[in-house]
Amino acid sequence: MADLTESRIEAQSATRPAKRIKWDQIGDHAILIAGALLMLVPVFMIFASSSWDDITLHREGLQFGFSDDMANNYNAALFEYGGFTDSVNGVTMLANSLILGIGFAIGKIIVGMMAAYAIVYFRLKFATLAFWMIFTTLLLPLEVRILPSYEVITWMNLGNTYTGLIVPLIASATATFFFRQFFMSVPEELIEAARIDGAGPVKFFIDILVPLSQTMIAAMFIIMFVFGWNQYLWPTLITTDESLFTLVRGIRQIMQAYADGSSTPEYGEAAALAIIAMTPPVLVVVFFQSWFVKGLTESDK
Amino acid sequence: MANVKLDGVRKVYPNGVEAVEPCHVDIPDGELVVLVGPSGCGKSTLLRMVAGLEEITDGTLYIGDAVMNDVEPANRNIAMVFQNYALYPHMTVAKNMGYGLKNRGLPKAEINQKVAEAAKMLNLSEYLDRRPSQLSGGQRQRVAMGRAIVRSPELFLFDEPLSNLDAKLRNQMRIEIRALQQRLGVTAMYVTHDQVEAMTLADRIIVLNAGRIEQIGTPGEIYSRPASTFVASFMGAPPMNIFTGTSDGQQATLDGGVSLNGAGAPSQTGKIQIGIRPEDVALDANGALPFDVDIVEELGAHRLLHGRLSGQPFSVSVGKDEAAQTGPAKVALKPGAVHFFDAEAGRRL
Ligand SMILES: Nc1ncnc2c1ncn2[C@@H]1O[C@H](COP(=O)(O)OP(=O)(O)OP(=O)(O)O)[C@@H](O)[C@H]1O
Ligand SMILES: [Mg+2]
Repeated sequence: MADLTESRIEAQSATRPAKRIKWDQIGDHAILIAGALLMLVPVFMIFASSSWDDITLHREGLQFGFSDDMANNYNAALFEYGGFTDSVNGVTMLANSLILGIGFAIGKIIVGMMAAYAIVYFRLKFATLAFWMIFTTLLLPLEVRILPSYEVITWMNLGNTYTGLIVPLIASATATFFFRQFFMSVPEELIEAARIDGAGPVKFFIDILVPLSQTMIAAMFIIMFVFGWNQYLWPTLITTDESLFTLVRGIRQIMQAYADGSSTPEYGEAAALAIIAMTPPVLVVVFFQSWFVKGLTESDK
Repeated sequence: MANVKLDGVRKVYPNGVEAVEPCHVDIPDGELVVLVGPSGCGKSTLLRMVAGLEEITDGTLYIGDAVMNDVEPANRNIAMVFQNYALYPHMTVAKNMGYGLKNRGLPKAEINQKVAEAAKMLNLSEYLDRRPSQLSGGQRQRVAMGRAIVRSPELFLFDEPLSNLDAKLRNQMRIEIRALQQRLGVTAMYVTHDQVEAMTLADRIIVLNAGRIEQIGTPGEIYSRPASTFVASFMGAPPMNIFTGTSDGQQATLDGGVSLNGAGAPSQTGKIQIGIRPEDVALDANGALPFDVDIVEELGAHRLLHGRLSGQPFSVSVGKDEAAQTGPAKVALKPGAVHFFDAEAGRRL
């Protein structure tokens, strides 16, 4: 008997170290959870609120629970024409946002890739200087040069067009930088093999470099799409025609009604629109996530 | 098929390094020439000038009697195999091999047929749909070879194609490359820093040192009549023993006092260098030369004895059956064992 209890005690003391509470891990997780909550709770509140009617929202603010106006609000957000001219609904705005996001991302990728190609593969006299000049434009985001850009676009009569919306934004130091780093890691011998195989500059770019850059392109696409999708200031300046409004602007437009004092703002619809505006970037990130990580970390060719 | 001629070809890199001094080489049609030399001696530079990947600073390059200095690599009708294979990672084996032909505008059917032919020759037929990353090193090397073959070039260029393979595979691929080159009868230039590879593969060897051609000759010539102390000690394993000594026109004497009776002497008198290959010496109780053995190195098929002759370092290679121990011994020279070089430049006398 004595033997048995002793061994049991021993067994207990042997397992104890494994069960010791790891305070530092708990601390880490607490911070992570707090951070996640900080990000997610507002999203959840907007989502919950998008199921309430305007009056309640106006009186009591954002809601945590669900009500039964969900279908109404989303229907209104997507299909009800609004604005001063009644010429725009949620679907149009969604389409506009997609055009802006995709056009912006593709434009940036094309321009960035071509700039990087020129800098890395051609013996330009001032390639390094050119690169650093492009790089320093990172210090000059759109907000800094917004007035001259606006001047140029109106002078070219591109106000209220998709071209005017997208083109001024697609020169990209970030994309150029990432593609440059990637191209520089492509082995020299591959280029030489291609030269011997008779691939000129254009063929080499299209047949070899673009396929090799796939993951990088995907990563850039995500970043740039989300960035373009979230543009607010530039579309506000350049589009006065409501049929060109993007979702991000549309939300504001709804809230604007309140400031005008004309009627109760359509809070429910605004919340629904906010959720709709959030969805595509989330989907893009979720679907391209694995590519994204690969593109930014993988250097193995 | 084509002969290759380098007439005073020279390379100075933009940073001022003269990587290849003006050199004259004539390669007849169908010959396999190996460029060998220590790291940084300019082997790759020379090869890349022939390929057109590096500009020729001075001199003229002929391939099949046509001046090639300003011809694009793709139009020189050459094929190159790189050290790291340089396969296109995103293309299948078949696409890799056919890419050059596609760029030449050949019809698809013809490309497929040529690729299939080359693949069969290289035992790659079952891998045609794989990506390079799904192949072993040896298989990748074969694909690189296949890419070279399908173009039916006039000239093969190899830049250390086997140095990423393990020793066994290297031997096997070496034989394959040689067999293939002979079967196709295509002129080839082959760069290596491995002297065994050079000796076994080459019709002729070009030994390079610091951008200068030290000697051009058949493996036999390079081995038996090295043109300089550099060639003598670079080609051959273990390397040739090089002594300092003097000559009076009749007889050579090693510094330290031992005379090499009966070995002859160069007509040049005064200070000279004297070379003796470790395998051109035999242990012989009646030998004329006293040899103090310090270390016996077992190499399986033979043994290496390291020690001193006339106070200078000396190595002797003996068969595994011969008794060998440390301590004083006597050695005798085989006929023709002694090579004479001048004291400063190390040229053969
Ligand atoms: N692009 C370059 N610019 C300047 N110098 C160069 C360049 N490429 C090579 N060199 C120099 O030229 C010399 C010969 O180089 P090369 O690559 O031909 O040597 P190698 O014989 O092939 O050596 P290894 O066996 O190591 O490959 C070296 O001293 C090297 O530093
Ligand atoms: Mg080299």
